[in-house]
Amino acid sequence: MKHTLQQVFHSGKFVIGFCIFMALLLTVFLYPLLIKDNPLGIIAQGTFFQPGIYVNVYDSLNSQTYTLKLQNAAAKRIASKLSDQERLDMQEWLVAYGIPESEIDIADTEKLIAQWDGAFDSSLNLPGFTNAERNAYIRLDRALDGLLSTEALIIAAQNPETGVLEQKSEVTQTDYVNVNQVANVRVLPLGTDNFGRDILTELVRATGVSLQIGLVAGLVATGIGLTLGLLAGYIGGLLDDIIMFITNLFTVIPGFVLLILISFSIGQESRGATTIAVVIGFTSWVWTARAVRAQVISLRHRDHVNLSKLSGHSIVQIIINDILPYIASYVVMALILQISSGILAEAGLSILGLGPRTTEVPTLGLMLNWALIYQAHVLGKWWAYLPVIVTIALITFSMNLMNTGMDQIFNPALRE
Amino acid sequence: MKGYRKYFLNKLGWFAITLFFAFLLNFILPRLMPGDPVAAIVSRLAQGMSNATGVQAIYQQYADLFGTNRPMLEQFFLYLRNVAQGDFGFSFSQYPRAVSDVIRSSILWTICLQFPAIIVGWLIGNTLGALAAYLRGGFDKFIMPLSIFASNFPAFGMAIIFMVIFGVILKWLPTSGGYGFDLIPNFSWEFIWSVIVHYQLPFWSIVTIAIGGQAIGMRSMSIYELNADYVKFSRFMGIKDRKIIGYVFRNAMLPQITGLALSIGTMVGGALVAEIIFSYPGLGSTILTAVMGGDYPLISAVTLIITIMVLAANFIIEILYGVIDPRIKAAQSD
Repeated sequence: MKHTLQQVFHSGKFVIGFCIFMALLLTVFLYPLLIKDNPLGIIAQGTFFQPGIYVNVYDSLNSQTYTLKLQNAAAKRIASKLSDQERLDMQEWLVAYGIPESEIDIADTEKLIAQWDGAFDSSLNLPGFTNAERNAYIRLDRALDGLLSTEALIIAAQNPETGVLEQKSEVTQTDYVNVNQVANVRVLPLGTDNFGRDILTELVRATGVSLQIGLVAGLVATGIGLTLGLLAGYIGGLLDDIIMFITNLFTVIPGFVLLILISFSIGQESRGATTIAVVIGFTSWVWTARAVRAQVISLRHRDHVNLSKLSGHSIVQIIINDILPYIASYVVMALILQISSGILAEAGLSILGLGPRTTEVPTLGLMLNWALIYQAHVLGKWWAYLPVIVTIALITFSMNLMNTGMDQIFNPALRE
Repeated sequence: MKGYRKYFLNKLGWFAITLFFAFLLNFILPRLMPGDPVAAIVSRLAQGMSNATGVQAIYQQYADLFGTNRPMLEQFFLYLRNVAQGDFGFSFSQYPRAVSDVIRSSILWTICLQFPAIIVGWLIGNTLGALAAYLRGGFDKFIMPLSIFASNFPAFGMAIIFMVIFGVILKWLPTSGGYGFDLIPNFSWEFIWSVIVHYQLPFWSIVTIAIGGQAIGMRSMSIYELNADYVKFSRFMGIKDRKIIGYVFRNAMLPQITGLALSIGTMVGGALVAEIIFSYPGLGSTILTAVMGGDYPLISAVTLIITIMVLAANFIIEILYGVIDPRIKAAQSD
């Protein structure tokens, strides 16, 4: 046993796969200990907030301010409001308005805005612009308002008795706050999803649930496959014929179709994560059964098995002591593959809307399903679907690497 | 020829048996589940309906329609007769339309998308795998990790990424549908061009997935064959390399054909999900609408059709395999 493990860990592929998998597993276990948020808690009002650091505006106004004289602060401020594309749009409008192109310099912000303020009139209907473009120009005009001003902003509060605004403080353009001193700062490394939930927290929990689904599905599938394979291979005869008949049937009837039929029949209410996992297991045992049977048949008449039989050992003893050790490596490899294909099957089912019911736990498939239903991929909200796909790919990739690594060790024909 | 006929009849018998059991499963599975499917449908339909006699009437109507109040065996033959006549009843979610009508409008899209994609993927994959085994070195080092990665990548993930890159960011190809939403199906050039353009993304994402798995399999088969004794013997005999490689790849191809027959079910499953992501008007999207609408007859019909398609594809591949592999004829005529 120890020797086998040593051998396995000498395979580069296995070690890489193992490390990726362990890193995922550690994250799944450690993250909830550090961050105790509810993974399905809705924190954002609105859909698909961008990844980033969210600083409370109210708290930062009340924090201590520092004055920093930074050189390009004004330029940055203008650039964030007025992009190059918007400058070109302004130029286009001004040219259509009648100002010759040679007089317009889009690099000179002050002059451009002066020309714009002089010419733009929202009630003017210039030819050659669609209605949507006209509305965009009106919005742009509003955004430009006060862009070049250098005066301070005034923070005022309403007097509760008189209802009059009273000045509390001023915010000048050189005021800064230290983020560490602001009471409420929330880091959303992957933003929020369509329901306004923190994607990272949700993703970690979903990875955990999906791994559990994969594990249960894998164990069920391997359990059924191993039992049937052993029975068919070792006992043989009529039992073998019956089992092989069933196995051959399920080899050609697509498992995915069975999965759809069963999940649909169970109904939305009783479809928990475990139920789905068991169903996946029940539809994917075929390959294990076939391979185990083939190996058992080749082992059945070996000398050590015959010796065991002569010594009067029972069938169970022979299977456990003389046959299982020979196929153990294969069964473990099959289990790994079943886990990874179970995770994929869950994701596929969820995309079809047949995944676990949605109120209790997130799974990777459900997250993808939500992102697709809310058109995250078309809207360019990459943080809603890409991390999920990458996680699924990492899980299956690491498991297949482990599998290939083990295959090369246990299967001498593949050694190079 | 006698041997081949025996093989053919054997496979045909198997095809009939699996078809029968698939049909049986399709019939039994939904009925085995706890709860009355008709009651579930009626409760969905009757949401917001407070009139008890009205609900009762709907229930009675559907119970008659499905024949759920008759004995199981009678139901089975009723179902068998209806399906044989191509009558799957009415679709719930698209009510006045019959299920057979819904399926007729989507099945051609699926067949024209999936089977060419799977075959092209299989051909490219096998060529790449064989080249990797023969050339080794840099080409192998480049192709293998790529294939391993592609074959492990979930089909839907590939579809989404293709769509985002080529459809949303680069805007080269349309992201959804089977043809432009402003067109009515006809035989004008504009329509055909639109169909071709919409075809590309789903097609290539299915092809990419198929390539990976096939390339890996073909590579290891070819490496195994290249080290076989007959290759060494042929070399000693002075047979030209080109001719030996012809033998090697023919032998390595054979297990790959069986592999295709066995994996076609899984591939179709992945491809159905890819269809959904591209809103391609095929059977995959039909399943989605059926699931969303709780459309019981449509689901059962679509799954049956997909099973029949996969079984038929399987049968055809095995028949072809019998023609190609000389050992089969030899084994059967003993």
